[in-house]
Amino acid sequence: MAKMMYRDAVVSTIAEEMERDENVVCLGEDIVGGMGTPGGPEAIGGIWSTSTGLFGKFGADRVIDTPISESAIMGAAAGLALSGKRPIAELMFADFIGVSLDQIWNQIAKFRYMFGGKTKCPAVIRMAYGAGYNAAAQHSQAVHQILTGMPGLKVVMPTTPADVKGLLRTAIRDDDPVIFLEHKALYGVSGEVPDDPDYMIPFGHARLSRAGQDVTIVSTGLLLGFCEAVADKLAAEGIGCDVIDLRTTSPLDEETILDSVEVTGRLIVVDEAPPRCSLGADICALVAEKAFASLKAPPLSVNPPHTPIPFARELESAYLPSVDKIEAAVRKVLGYR
Amino acid sequence: MQLSREALLRAYRQMKVIREFEERLHVDIQTGEIAGFTHLYCGQEAVAVGVCEHLDNDDKIVSTHRGHGHCLAKGCDVNGMMKEIWGSRDGLCKGKGGSMHIADVDKGMLGANGIVGAGAPIAVGAGIAAKIDGKGKVAITFSGDGACNQGTTFEAMNMAVVTKAATIFVFENNHYSEHTGYQYAVGTSGDIASRAEAFGMKVWRGDGTDFFSVYETMREVLDYVRVPGNGPAAVEFDTERFFGHFEGDPQRYRGPGELDRIREMRDCLKNFRKSVTDAGLLEHADLDALDAEVLEAIEESVRQAKAADRPTAEDVLTDVYISY
Repeated sequence: MAKMMYRDAVVSTIAEEMERDENVVCLGEDIVGGMGTPGGPEAIGGIWSTSTGLFGKFGADRVIDTPISESAIMGAAAGLALSGKRPIAELMFADFIGVSLDQIWNQIAKFRYMFGGKTKCPAVIRMAYGAGYNAAAQHSQAVHQILTGMPGLKVVMPTTPADVKGLLRTAIRDDDPVIFLEHKALYGVSGEVPDDPDYMIPFGHARLSRAGQDVTIVSTGLLLGFCEAVADKLAAEGIGCDVIDLRTTSPLDEETILDSVEVTGRLIVVDEAPPRCSLGADICALVAEKAFASLKAPPLSVNPPHTPIPFARELESAYLPSVDKIEAAVRKVLGYR
Repeated sequence: MQLSREALLRAYRQMKVIREFEERLHVDIQTGEIAGFTHLYCGQEAVAVGVCEHLDNDDKIVSTHRGHGHCLAKGCDVNGMMKEIWGSRDGLCKGKGGSMHIADVDKGMLGANGIVGAGAPIAVGAGIAAKIDGKGKVAITFSGDGACNQGTTFEAMNMAVVTKAATIFVFENNHYSEHTGYQYAVGTSGDIASRAEAFGMKVWRGDGTDFFSVYETMREVLDYVRVPGNGPAAVEFDTERFFGHFEGDPQRYRGPGELDRIREMRDCLKNFRKSVTDAGLLEHADLDALDAEVLEAIEESVRQAKAADRPTAEDVLTDVYISY
């Protein structure tokens, strides 16, 4: 095991897979950084430091610094993937799917189906998402709710550096297109990461980060840590919470969620995206449909409100689900009569 | 360079297959037996064939909603295509794609495309792959005078130049983006090639109703783009669309006698026949024999399509993922 930051797990995994397979190529805006400047290539190395050193190691053919052209980046990833390469395309901010969505949604996600199963499109689309930087309405969003609903895509949302390592490796080696959502507020978080060069975590297998008998809390990403804090606090009161880190929202590990709810009878989903047609609504509906007889209280989803993400510190804090809001939700389902 | 007799016969046959495929669809669609939206390529055959006769399976093309001609010219199976358009389970895409999504990646045909302007970025990726592989292969995107106005096309042209992708932008100006004239919608006074040139590419122009103009122009374009390091190029072919934007389009935008005139004066098959017979390269009888053979082949494809297995409800659920 080695201790490393979430962002270093991203770049080291990409480097290892590029070393292993010459068909793996990267592309994105400023992933080299400094092209065409006095500072020269790698003057920056990607604004999230998730591509540092790749250009020096693998060269311009395989580490492709692109203009600010998100549609063309995603389209190029599509064309590379149909031509035998395994592209890893970076969208600097997940919010920019708005300018590139056709290539993700109508092209990459659908090639295999539209072409009658006769092709594959092994593209990984990485993007930094999430609030916590006071970056306001166009640079803070959690977009999994949009992408999870698109057949043909797999959607991955790692929470820990070890999961970044295992899930990103799986994504790069997967023959289907994968959306890999990296929470920007987690990039600096450190954790133990397995050294095994083939360490992979299969998609659709959630991780139980806390175990308890009374309430099931489902989340992923930044908010998972909030859920763990609530579980730890309540444990001191003798209240036990199962905290489930989904890891992937497509495919969804229904079994782990349902097994847990069958024991606890209570469900909280903590989701960073707005409430309508959300992951929370989806999982609450799943449990209502398939574990109705086990329920001791109505399933509850904790989401931000149905508003854009505000800028000011006080406003962003009020917008996001917090430890207090999650604790209140847990107490509400425990107190349901 | 003079084409061999075999090459001439092959080119004519390819164009004739596209023509008769589309003419037959135009008739069959009116019976209501074929579902969905269909956009016919009739009139533009010289472009698809004049381009694709230079290519092999390792060269890629990305097509459009008006894609049947590109597919056939790139080697997609006639029977498989007809079955696909009829929605058969045995169609080229198992009846899941239909007219606008025909693809055969093994043949280098990366898909027709229902989204106008979506193909150009994909061809940039394929062109970057060709550049990386360094074997002198190319990726070609076909775009009309409609798609040339999409931002995706602009992004793709710039990105191709910046990355030195082995990509060729083939613009087919058939004078109508759906139901709107190119002189209205293409801001550079209808000139697409000069716009591509402004992105930093070498550009060519040719007559898209003349197979020999397309073929010889593309020889120059390909000689250039196949040289590693040269990067992309663009070419504009002026051509004609014999049918409407989609089947069922009332075409009230056409001028009086326009369709009769372009069918008479700007028909690539008639032009080809006149050129090769006037020059004594082929006899009318050679071409008449091909005409008959092609008509029978299309008839057979329709027979097969009508008799082919229909997809089942279970087929809805397959081919979404390789594993899930």
